[in-house]
Amino acid sequence: MAEHAAVIGIGQTDFDAKRVDVSQVGLIREAALRALKDAQLEWSDIDAVVIGKAPDMFEGVMMPELFLAEALGCVGKPMLRVHTAGSVGGSTAIVAASLVQSGIHKRVLTVSYEKQSESNAMWALSIKLPFSQTLVAGAGGFFAPLIRGYMARSGAPEDTGIRVALKDRLNALKNPVAHLKLPDVTFEMIANSPMLWDPIRYLETCPSSDGACALIIGDSAAAKQSRSHPPAWIHATQMKTEPTMFAKRDQVMPQAGLDCSAALYKKAGITDPRKEIDCAEVYVPFSWFEPMWMENLHFAPPGEGWRMTYEGATALDGDLPINMSGGVLCTNAIGASGMVRFAEAAMQVRGQAGEHQIDGAKKALGHAYGGGSQYFSMWIVGDQPL
Amino acid sequence: MSHPTPETDVILSAPHVLEYDYRRSLGPVLSHFFSALREGQIHGVKTKSGRVLVPPAEYDPETGESTTDEFVAVGPGGVVESWAWVGTPRKNHPIAHPFAFALIKLDGADTALLHAVDTRDESLMASGMRVTPRWAATPEGGITDLCCFVPEDQGVQTVEAPDEVSEPTQSIVTPVNVEYVYSPGKAATRYLQGLKQGKFLGQASDSSGLVYIPPRGACPRDGVPTSREVEVSGKGTVVTLTIVRVPSANITVDLPYCTANILLDGADISFTGLLQECPLEDVRIGMRVEAVWVDSSEWDYSSENIKYFRPIDEPDLPFSEIKEYC
Repeated sequence: MAEHAAVIGIGQTDFDAKRVDVSQVGLIREAALRALKDAQLEWSDIDAVVIGKAPDMFEGVMMPELFLAEALGCVGKPMLRVHTAGSVGGSTAIVAASLVQSGIHKRVLTVSYEKQSESNAMWALSIKLPFSQTLVAGAGGFFAPLIRGYMARSGAPEDTGIRVALKDRLNALKNPVAHLKLPDVTFEMIANSPMLWDPIRYLETCPSSDGACALIIGDSAAAKQSRSHPPAWIHATQMKTEPTMFAKRDQVMPQAGLDCSAALYKKAGITDPRKEIDCAEVYVPFSWFEPMWMENLHFAPPGEGWRMTYEGATALDGDLPINMSGGVLCTNAIGASGMVRFAEAAMQVRGQAGEHQIDGAKKALGHAYGGGSQYFSMWIVGDQPL
Repeated sequence: MSHPTPETDVILSAPHVLEYDYRRSLGPVLSHFFSALREGQIHGVKTKSGRVLVPPAEYDPETGESTTDEFVAVGPGGVVESWAWVGTPRKNHPIAHPFAFALIKLDGADTALLHAVDTRDESLMASGMRVTPRWAATPEGGITDLCCFVPEDQGVQTVEAPDEVSEPTQSIVTPVNVEYVYSPGKAATRYLQGLKQGKFLGQASDSSGLVYIPPRGACPRDGVPTSREVEVSGKGTVVTLTIVRVPSANITVDLPYCTANILLDGADISFTGLLQECPLEDVRIGMRVEAVWVDSSEWDYSSENIKYFRPIDEPDLPFSEIKEYC
């Protein structure tokens, strides 16, 4: 890349099941205004805007970027919309970063969001088409068999998922904007919560959230002007895709994810990711995806990802803390979730993560996936330019 | 056994209606606007530069800056800036007979409101004409409280504010209804023709020979067509599964139920099937199953011809043999 790029402003809305106090416009502006404030910039300082969200059916507004353009100060500026299902928040940030890395723009605002309360995601993801029978019950119905496949392959202890959920739910208590906070959460509470899509229990599942996330990405000169917090330098970005269904596809351990993380580390000059990365925000909508993605991200050898969870390596005081913010398990405004991972990684290396800050975090990974584990987007950010 | 896929003279298609009542939260500005409409008032909002936006917005569209907290009553009359005649109204249009959609700049506003103008006659429409609103008999706090605008010389309708001040409108329901003609395409049509005869017709990739059921016409691994038709068995193996205990809007099976990713013998990709005639505590990876069809008199172009899958008395396949299909 010709130019360095850095995150110089971060804004997240407060997340909740129903943000009935705001319109879709108000929701994205809440995030954008917080990012502008964090960056100490005005609307007029922004050169271009990149918007991301998941399927339009979630809010029933076709091409919402058109009606949101003016609300994000896009008049007279380039505006793009990105869509890669659940990974969209990550790929949107990557598109925004590329507009700076390529030398085209100096400061780009990127916003992603979902206002799930305006409809029902399970309905939108289980549409019955003519000639067919609908049997896959939303995202949980799709991913639960893959989790069972992982359990069969790895022989992981059955309570691995409960342990992930407990860790993430405790972490969320330290995150002021997290949606689902259960102050009295215990191992037993999660273990005894109803089974929804066996082996996924209620408290091992992400909630449906309303919320938005915004980043301002600037070039070196803009980063040097940034005052509220130091910049988070973008060391590498990577996206990979594969079809949802093809013969002999490894759906549990998708090749696109393995290739994406390997290419990312190469670009970032990382040879031992487990050692060199200080912490990571990984897209875990169902608890068991933590051990699965630990393997997919080359943090653990095949079949061994669960050991990281089991041995506490992924806890806040572990050697590779995962989802310090409480992650997708506690906050899932689908379109925003990937960007929140990227933002939380940047917050760590900027030292602005408050109670869930990992002391001295210098290098962090943000990860998102979407569709039927078919889209992957990731970045590495650091406290110094690469 | 395989043969070239026969050309089909029909490609199936069927109507498909997608509809949902979305509930939109309005936020403070539109909530104020809609609540004022219920009182028979049209309110705009002032930008920092003093312009009055109607309908009001949370932001100044020119700069992105937040608007002020100052709402001002505008109109009720105004001037048509531009218009388009709707000679054949459609079912969701605000007026059933021919009318105009117009951009109307209300007195005191700096932006135009899009609304319907009812003149009954296109020749009576003109840019620059003055119009005045006609209000709904029972206002509900929505844009439909303004039925339409009419030429001002037809008289200004006075509206009395309701005696009781009701709660502000905080959300509105937006019904969405899209009607498609859905066609599953050539390959799926062959598959459905097979189902209608009680057969599973898959297709094999010309490059790898891998067998797809249902077929997609091409193999997503390399994009090469699947031109050879292969009949696969109604028997198969559970490669993985879940037990669903949560209701889903479009699924009518009684809870709890087991759905399994089933690999039919002779196929190279699994698909989701309902697993029944088996206690839920006995369902497992590797178990052998077979398709149970609805009565042949009911066979149609539909995957609903397969009632469900049920276990058969054959030894389980070891996980190592099915792992790569999971």
